[in-house]
Amino acid sequence: MPDVKQLARLLMELDDQMATCMKCGMCQAVCPVFAETMREADVTRGKIALLENLAHEMIKDAAGVQDKLNKCLLCGSCAASCPSGVKIMDIFLKARAIVNGYMGLSPAKRAVLRGMLTRPRLFNALLGMAETFQGLFTKPVNDVIGSSCSKMLSPVIGDRHFLPLAKTPLHNAVKPMNTAPGASGLKVAFFPGCLVDKIFPRVGHAVLKVLAHHGVGVYLPDAQACCGIPAAASGDQDSYDKLVRYNVDLFSKENFDYLVTPCGTCTATIKDIWPKLSDAYPAELKARISSITERTMDINAFLVDVIGVQAVENGKATHTVTFHDSCHLKKSLGVSAQPRTLIKANPDYQVVEMKEADRCCGNGGSFNLYHYEISKQIGRRKRDNIVASGAEMVSTGCPACMMQISDMLSQAGDNKPVRHPVEIYAETLP
Amino acid sequence: MTTDALTKEFQAIVGNENVMVSEADRQSYSYDAAVLEPVVPALVLRPETTEALGKCVKLCNDNDRPLTVRGAGTNLSGGTIPDPRGGVVILTNSLNKILEINEQDLYAVVQPGVVTATFAAEVAKRGLFYPPDPGSQAVSTLGGNVAENAGGLRGLKYGVTKDYVMGVDFFDVDGGLVKSGSRTVKCVTGYNLGGLMIASEGTLGVFAEITLKLVPPPAAQKAMMAIYDNVDKASESVAAIIANKIVPCTLEFLDNATIRYVEDFCKAGLPTDAQAVLLIEVDGHPVQVEEDAAKVVELCKKVGASEVKMAEDAAQRDALWTARRAALPALARARPTTVLEDATVPRSKIPAMIKAINEIAAKYKLDIGTFGHAGDGNLHPTIMCDRRDKEEFHRVEAAVDEIFDVAISLKGTLSGEHGIGLAKSKWMEKETSRATIEYSRRMKKSIDPKSILNPGKIIAGRG
Repeated sequence: MPDVKQLARLLMELDDQMATCMKCGMCQAVCPVFAETMREADVTRGKIALLENLAHEMIKDAAGVQDKLNKCLLCGSCAASCPSGVKIMDIFLKARAIVNGYMGLSPAKRAVLRGMLTRPRLFNALLGMAETFQGLFTKPVNDVIGSSCSKMLSPVIGDRHFLPLAKTPLHNAVKPMNTAPGASGLKVAFFPGCLVDKIFPRVGHAVLKVLAHHGVGVYLPDAQACCGIPAAASGDQDSYDKLVRYNVDLFSKENFDYLVTPCGTCTATIKDIWPKLSDAYPAELKARISSITERTMDINAFLVDVIGVQAVENGKATHTVTFHDSCHLKKSLGVSAQPRTLIKANPDYQVVEMKEADRCCGNGGSFNLYHYEISKQIGRRKRDNIVASGAEMVSTGCPACMMQISDMLSQAGDNKPVRHPVEIYAETLP
Repeated sequence: MTTDALTKEFQAIVGNENVMVSEADRQSYSYDAAVLEPVVPALVLRPETTEALGKCVKLCNDNDRPLTVRGAGTNLSGGTIPDPRGGVVILTNSLNKILEINEQDLYAVVQPGVVTATFAAEVAKRGLFYPPDPGSQAVSTLGGNVAENAGGLRGLKYGVTKDYVMGVDFFDVDGGLVKSGSRTVKCVTGYNLGGLMIASEGTLGVFAEITLKLVPPPAAQKAMMAIYDNVDKASESVAAIIANKIVPCTLEFLDNATIRYVEDFCKAGLPTDAQAVLLIEVDGHPVQVEEDAAKVVELCKKVGASEVKMAEDAAQRDALWTARRAALPALARARPTTVLEDATVPRSKIPAMIKAINEIAAKYKLDIGTFGHAGDGNLHPTIMCDRRDKEEFHRVEAAVDEIFDVAISLKGTLSGEHGIGLAKSKWMEKETSRATIEYSRRMKKSIDPKSILNPGKIIAGRG
C-alpha cells in the first residue's frame, strides 16, 4: 500500500489550481461521461473535490480516487465552459502523473508505453508484423467504412468494429523528405501522427498532395515517434519525457516555418500539453519546445489561415457531408471554421451541420479501452446525430475521432464513409 | 440498524448499482456550491422510480436516518450538505422525466430531477414559455428550484419559481403520497400544501411530482445598456422606468468594481470609470416593445445616464448581455474563493445598500464586486477571497454579518433566491421573530417527529 502522506504532499503542488474551483457544478452540463453515468465522482467538480481530499489527507482510498481520475475523456469540454476558468487540463494531467506514478501503471500499459511506444523503430516493425497476420483473425464487416471485427479476439477487443492496420503505412509508402520551399515560399515539418501513419495513410498522402500543389517544402524525417499523449494521459511521466525529447531532437534538426499535423490530438498535445508539462525541464529544452510549439499548426488551419484556401461556389454540389468538431481541435485549439472552409473549397461538396457537432464522440484514447461501454454510449449519440443530419458522409479533423465514429457507424450498419477534410479538398487537385 | 444492514435493505429497493457506498463516491456528495465545510454521507441512493423514492424515505424514517435530497448540488447556502449523524443522500437525477406538457391547459407535470434548461427548451419547442431562469439553469433541477424557490433574471416581470408552481405531490416521512394543488388555474381544495413545499429546502417532504404553470412567450424583445457616473442616477432610472408603468423583463445592475473586472476579463467595451451600468430588456408585442424601449432610453437620459446604447439586432443584443454574463466568471477568476451573497432590499434602497457594501469592503479590507437584479432589489455582493487564508476568511465572515444587518435594517431580506440552508439559519430570527422560529419548529416537529428531513437547515437544530 503506497504511503498516502507522500502522495498527499505531491498533490499539494496542485492545491492553488484546485482551490480556484468554486464547486458551482456547471461542468455537469457539458461532461459527456456524466451525461451517461450521472455520478458526481465522474464529473470534474467531483474529481477535483476528491483530489483535494487526497491532498489534504481526508480520504484513505487512494486507489478509489485513481479510478475516478482515470475515468475521464480529457475532452476539455468542462474547461471550455468553466465559469472560474479553472485550469482543469493542467490539474488532471499533472494529477494523473502524480497519482498513477505513485500507484503504478497496469502491466499492459507498461508494456505498450515503455516497451513499444518509446521505441519508434521497434513499434513500426512490430505493427508491420501484426499487419501481416491480422487477416487471419479478423474479417471485414463494412466495405464503405473499411471496418473489421473479430470473434477470435473478442475477449480482448470486445465487439468493436475496428479499422485494420494499413497494408502499407505512410512511413513505408513515402521516403523521408526534405524539400525546399516552392511557390509559397514556405516549408513545413510534417508530423503525420501514429494513427495517420498506421491506420489512415490515405490522409497523409492527401496532405502531401496538397502541400505539393501549393508549393510548400516538406521536412518528413524518418522514424517519427508518438506525440506523447497516451503516456501523458496514463500519467507515465518517464515515457512521456522520452517521447517529447525524441521529437524535439528530431524536429530541431531542420529549419521550417510551421510544423503541421492532420491530427487534432497531436496538434493539441504539441501546442498545449508540451509547454504545460515542461516545468521540470532544463531551460535549453524548454526553449526548443516553445520554438516548435509556436510554429505548430493543425493542417486545416494552416491551409486556410496561412495558404489562403477559400470556400468556392458549390451550387452544383453532388455530395453532402456533415462535420464533427473534435474536442482537441475546437475546444483546445479553437479550430472549427477552417476545416469547414476546406471542405467547402471542393465545389462537389455541401456541408450539412449535425446537432451537437462539437459534442465529444467518446473516444478519449485509452478511455475507449478501459471504459468501452460508456465510450460506446457516448459514441451512439454522435452516430445518431450524424445519421439525423441526413448527410451521406461524415468528416472530422482527428483520426482518433475517425476511428470511434467508424466503429459506431459500422456497428449500426450505416454505410457512411468517414473522411478527413484534407482528403475532400485533395480531390479537387490534379 | 447498522449501515451495512441498511445498505442491503436499500439495495433491495433501488438495486445494487444505485446504492453508493465507496469512500470516493460518498465524498463526492459531501458538498454543494456553498463555501462551507463538507459532510460525508453514510450512503448515497439513486431511486429510479417514484415508488422506490417513497420506500427509501420510509426506510430512512424507520431507522432514524436523516436524509438530504440532492438534485444537481448547486445550492449556495449548504441546503444539500448531508447530516453528520449517518446522513443519507437521495439523488433525484434518475427521476428526470417530463411526464406531460399540456398545450391546451398551459401546464406541465415533471419529476423532480428534470434539468431546468432541458425543461425550458422542451416547453419552447411547443411554442410555450417557462420563465424562471436561475443562473444554474443549465444543470439545476426543477425539484431543487421549487425547494429553494429559485429566482433568476426575469423576476421583475415574470416572478420566480413560486409563481409557476400549481401543485406538488410529495412523500411524508412514512412514505405516504401527499397530493396538493391541481391542473387548474383555480384550486382551493384544502390547505395550500404545495405552497408549503416551496422554499422548504427539503425539510417538510420529499417531492415526487411537480405541476408547473406555462405561459405564452413574448413575441419580441429589445435590449439596451445605460452607463452612469453615479449609482443614485442608476437607481433613479429604475424608479423612473417603473413609475412610468414599464416593467422590463430584465433590469440588471453592475457596480464599478464589477465593471472593472468584467472589462479586464473580456473587453466588453465598458468605461472602467463608470460607477454603474444598467442592462435593460423589454419584451412583449413588437409595437409595444418599440414604444417601451424608446421611452426607457429617454428616461435613462433624462435622469442623467452618460450614455445609452440600444441593441439594433440579435448580434448587438447578445453583445450587450455578454457583460452581464461575464460578471460572475470575471469576479470568480480574480481570487480562488468566491463568496456569492444575495441580500435583497426594496429597489428604492439600492443606492443605500451599495454605499453600505462599499463601506463594509473598505472596513474589512476586502474586494467586493456587486451586480444583480436591480429591478427587484436582489443584489449579489460577491466577495473575492481565499478560504485557505484563515485571517482573511474571518474578515469575510464578519463582512457578511454586516451586509445582512444592513439589508435587514433597510427592510430587506437575508436571501432573495439562494435559500437559508445551513449558511444563514443563524440570522433567521433577526429578520423574522422568535415566534416565527417557534411556529416553524412546531410545524416541522409535527410533520417530521424524528427530524429526518434535511435537519439543520433553515430553522437549525434537530430537535
